[in-house]
Amino acid sequence: MFDYTFQWRSALRALPDMLAGAWVTFETAALSMIFGVLIALALTVMREGKQPLLRGFADGWVSIARNTPSLFQIYILYFGLGSLGLHVSSWIALLAGITFNNAGYLAENFRGGLKAVPTTQMRAARSLGMSAFQTYRMIVIPQLLRVVFYPLTNQMVWAVLMTSLGVIVGLNNDLTGVTQDFNVKTFRTFEYFALAAALYYVIAKAIVAVARLMAWRLFRY
Amino acid sequence: MFSTGFTWNDLKFLLDGALVTVQLTFWAILLGTFAGLLFGLARALWPRLSLPLAWVLDVFRSVPLLIQFVLFNSFKSIVGLDISAFSVGCIVLGVYTAAYFTEIVRGGVLAVSLSVRRASRSLGMSYLQDLRWIVLPMATRVAFPGWLNLVLGVMKDTALVMWIGIVELLRASQTIVTRIQEPLLVLCIAGLIYYVMSLVVARLGARLERRWQEND
Repeated sequence: MFDYTFQWRSALRALPDMLAGAWVTFETAALSMIFGVLIALALTVMREGKQPLLRGFADGWVSIARNTPSLFQIYILYFGLGSLGLHVSSWIALLAGITFNNAGYLAENFRGGLKAVPTTQMRAARSLGMSAFQTYRMIVIPQLLRVVFYPLTNQMVWAVLMTSLGVIVGLNNDLTGVTQDFNVKTFRTFEYFALAAALYYVIAKAIVAVARLMAWRLFRY
Repeated sequence: MFSTGFTWNDLKFLLDGALVTVQLTFWAILLGTFAGLLFGLARALWPRLSLPLAWVLDVFRSVPLLIQFVLFNSFKSIVGLDISAFSVGCIVLGVYTAAYFTEIVRGGVLAVSLSVRRASRSLGMSYLQDLRWIVLPMATRVAFPGWLNLVLGVMKDTALVMWIGIVELLRASQTIVTRIQEPLLVLCIAGLIYYVMSLVVARLGARLERRWQEND
């Protein structure tokens, strides 16, 4: 029943390339998180505001991001924009797709976090003479980020896991892409993907550990 | 002026794909809910003893689903297990669901305060009675929104099974795109189907939730 010999040695020989891929994966995820947080903040402010157009736009963004698969979002950006004559590389499509997804999920988290910031803080800041923008930047958002720090960490791990979808639109330099390249050359599917899985696990755990450390440094008081 | 190669047969093909998506979701949720319920109870009631279980389940939450599919699919061939790709999809998604649901159940059970459980025990209920009549109903209400989110999440994650060769909604749309070369239209229709499916589940869940909270 079991006539298969594992070839771990050849998989381990591919480790340097896969580590380079892991770095690309991490970079992509980090970039998508940075853009995602910025967009999510904008979306949150839009949803709080009174302009029906902006509000509708933000609501639409959040509900599309949350109710369709992330792979579908990447597909739309890769194939859909292509049919409009806008040819984007698979990496850009992946990054934009994950950013779109992150922004949608984070905006929902931020809305929850915003409820935890008392409205009196806002009013106090305004009556001290701060403008609306100043109030958001210096009073509301710092408190908000503290509340949503753990959801943010979770979303970062999610972003790393989501980068693996790049391979479906033909990305070949992130961790999964590199692994798939080795896989089609050697057909040692199990060994290579097991190694990739181990690397993903390490990345995810490292992110959680770093976040713990940061939380300990940042939120001491 | 507006002409398209999209036919009624294509729409039927997409809906067939959507049916596969729903079936996958159903089996994965069924499997995941049972396993997650058992694991979650174990995690809440014997936290020390079930620590290894937590580590194992943590792996399933820290590795991309796509890689889990590929790994299990090749593992199946290595061991010589003769099951269809659809079953592979169900099993992997089910385990993935269980990994998440375990945490939700654990949170729900721990949300029932100890004094409530002590009260029920001092009313003369046995340990099992306390679990069945006090903890379970209260934990269900806490865990239900999380479970609903999980259902929606799994429904979206089923899109990844295309990688191991199952024709579900997104793969079906891909096939049609290859034929009629109108990606934006076909993808938008597929997206709309996903959106409607999610919305229906979310609405039904919200209604159920409201009914449960009537006498709170």
